[in-house]
Amino acid sequence: MPRGILRVMSDLLSAAISIAFHGLAYAMVLYLISVGLSVTMGLMGFVNLAHGAFAMAGGYALTTLMSHLQLPFWLALPAAIIIVVLASLVLERLLYRRLYGGDELDQVLMTMGLIFMTVGAATYFWGPVAQPIHPPDIINGQIHIGSRDFPTYRSFLIVCGVVLVTALWLALERTRFGAQVRAAVDNLRMAQSVGINTSRLFALTFALGSALAALGGALGADFLPIVPGYALGNLVLFLIVVAVGGLGSIRGPFVAALLIGISLTAFSYIAPELGAFFIYALTMAILLWKPRGLFGRS
Amino acid sequence: MSAGLETQNLCKSFGALPVATDINFRLEAGARHALIGPNGAGKTSFVNLVTGVLKPSAGRILLDGQDITHLSAAARVKRGLVRTFQISALFRRLPLIENVTLAIAERESLGGNLFRRADRYRKITEEAYALLETLGLAPDALRPVNELAYGRQRLADIAVSLGLKPKVLLLDEPAAGVPSGETGAIVDMIERLPADIAFLIIEHDMDLVFRLADRITVLVQGSILVEGAPREIAADPQVRQVYLGERRAQ
Amino acid sequence: MAAPDKPLDAFGRRHRFSAFEALPWLITVGAYFVFPDYLALGAQILATILFALSLDLVLGYAGIVTLGQAAFFGTGAYTAGILAANGWGEPLSGLLAAAVGAAVVGFCSGVVILRTAGLTLLMQTLVVAAMLLELANKASRFTGGGDGLQGMDVWPIFGTFRFDLFGRTAYIYCAVVLFLAWLLVRAIVHSPFGRSLTGIRENMLRMHAVGAPVERRKLTAYTISAALAGISGALIAQTAQFVGLGVLGLERSGTVLIMLIIGGVGQLYGAFIGVTLYMIAQDRFATIDPVYWYFWIGLFMIFVVLFARGGVLGLVARARRHFGKES
Repeated sequence: MPRGILRVMSDLLSAAISIAFHGLAYAMVLYLISVGLSVTMGLMGFVNLAHGAFAMAGGYALTTLMSHLQLPFWLALPAAIIIVVLASLVLERLLYRRLYGGDELDQVLMTMGLIFMTVGAATYFWGPVAQPIHPPDIINGQIHIGSRDFPTYRSFLIVCGVVLVTALWLALERTRFGAQVRAAVDNLRMAQSVGINTSRLFALTFALGSALAALGGALGADFLPIVPGYALGNLVLFLIVVAVGGLGSIRGPFVAALLIGISLTAFSYIAPELGAFFIYALTMAILLWKPRGLFGRS
Repeated sequence: MSAGLETQNLCKSFGALPVATDINFRLEAGARHALIGPNGAGKTSFVNLVTGVLKPSAGRILLDGQDITHLSAAARVKRGLVRTFQISALFRRLPLIENVTLAIAERESLGGNLFRRADRYRKITEEAYALLETLGLAPDALRPVNELAYGRQRLADIAVSLGLKPKVLLLDEPAAGVPSGETGAIVDMIERLPADIAFLIIEHDMDLVFRLADRITVLVQGSILVEGAPREIAADPQVRQVYLGERRAQ
Repeated sequence: MAAPDKPLDAFGRRHRFSAFEALPWLITVGAYFVFPDYLALGAQILATILFALSLDLVLGYAGIVTLGQAAFFGTGAYTAGILAANGWGEPLSGLLAAAVGAAVVGFCSGVVILRTAGLTLLMQTLVVAAMLLELANKASRFTGGGDGLQGMDVWPIFGTFRFDLFGRTAYIYCAVVLFLAWLLVRAIVHSPFGRSLTGIRENMLRMHAVGAPVERRKLTAYTISAALAGISGALIAQTAQFVGLGVLGLERSGTVLIMLIIGGVGQLYGAFIGVTLYMIAQDRFATIDPVYWYFWIGLFMIFVVLFARGGVLGLVARARRHFGKES
């Protein structure tokens, strides 16, 4: 084969691997953040537009713990998650609970109000500049696989993501908690009548969703910068992942996140300005074909 | 005389789960017919199939001898096939009378008019009020329906359906969820339905069924077990097995 | 026919004009003379009231929850703006073009997205607006991109009434357009079509079951609402003689929703009250850090949702019932 063509092919392959790798890392972040929203949406029918705020809070908590309290990364990360989970439980009890089963508009308004508050509060406490995340040296740098170098941090992200996703899926299929969630998503009234404490289930699921979001937000600062406008600016993105995946589904948002993560990454190589537009058009096309999302129940 | 409503070999499955199997059902014009069966027999699914909410896997549905199998739900309503709902489906915050005027407006094909013709609208309002009067609901005409007692709401549900001047009325558990003190009014209303309306009532309450129906169809696991006059059904050993056998198992 | 027509009379006369309905117009005319220095703000308020009315039609009456109304507002703004910046500055035809352009966007997007509901629909309304924003940003040759559309030259209305520095012409222009639009929306709301929209809002399932072509009605409402939003966008563009990307932004959709909620949804006059209160308050607090504005508005919204869901009009209704019982 002529050298030129071989070179083009190897360049293409190299580009494809890069896109797949970075796209996968991005997808993991998107998935971690969005899966909680999908489940609570499917479980409680609650339109929580403020879900992105938990991701943002995870990011802010991590940077603040590391820079102001000098906590090491491996301590700060779980601490950040715990803080966000506690805050989310308080919010669930005080605010969200009042609107379960309520008007969609009420839920939209309340969660929009929450988003606005987070924008204001974040600007006040941290200012408008994006928070820098300093991962420890172990996961900084490059990994050498085959003939290529891959950024370690993103590899770590992918591994983390895969582990968590698997754990999540197993938990859903194998544990009693998971069975209860699945039952309640399927038919809430039936679940209640067989004695499942749906109130507690909601709280736990909400907490789990917020924990994953906080983790995704904290680890994903690379892709989604931690800025005060985070919850508002990324709202469409998270909603797309959830709606395209299918509300209430665990697998759906994963496929959607892959589609979106890889597409956006691909476009950032080829035509960065067209990425967003493509995602929007793709979303609408998929929903035209499957109005309930790829894995939505009909 | 052609039947008011008829289904021929009506079938429906959700994947591997059959909900309706070869249902050959006939509702004569002006009939007082009841559909009974244990929980999960597929009674509401049958109503959904007939009204067009569900698409059948096979079979035909005929109204007044005309094939309506491929008509939309709204088109079937226009032809006189009307249903009520097991759980009250009313226009919650709107006044009772408006619940009825909305139905009448659709019947008269006025619902899409962007401009209000005062004379025609007055006629609709008067007709709605007259209907409420005959049903004993006039005192509540201006109250939002969600403020009425649940028993009155179930009556309102039937009133809205009557506003559509149905030929065939499918009543899906009209007394469901109603306190026993209020069921009397519902039974009265159904008894006094005009003779030219054929109704099919789906019910669990056997007293109601025996009082209201001239003919009963028993549905079990998606197919018709037996059909006949109330006395025959009450004495039928298969029916007793299905109901009493179930009760003993509990 | 039976005698008690009294209760029925009130119901049958809902559509008639009541004395209270002259109030907003008295205030509008009065404000022209009482606040001559604030006419520019007044014109903005009037145009935004139209925007809120368009949202009320689709949200308050048809029950379609949307966060993408800015898509139509922005389309109208850019249509009028691009025309005026490229040689055709006649304002009234600019309004018409804006209405048509926005209606087309409304119709096309409505056909695609109105078949969904809930979160999926809400997300798609966001996506439509976001797509248009991307488009406006890229097509900077026409739209000015991030810098905004400049060089608009809006001709005098009817060749006579020039847009002056004090905002007098702008104010009257917006007031008249709003008046006409209000008459239209009011007529629609009281028409059988408008009543069927409330039926769709209160129980879509039942609306299907009474034989109404629900999808068609929703699409019609959505398209009309889009046209009105487009007109309001054009008004803002023509009176400011500038169009920025913000006309298509999420913030624009979100704030008009807040304004409507403050006034009261689904009651026609909520738009008047909510927009006026919000924009005057925002003008007052403009000197204060916008950061605080966001925070307090957010808190206020939560408060409104939990305790004063019907907005100002809701509180008024509650008060009337309360005092009505006591007397």
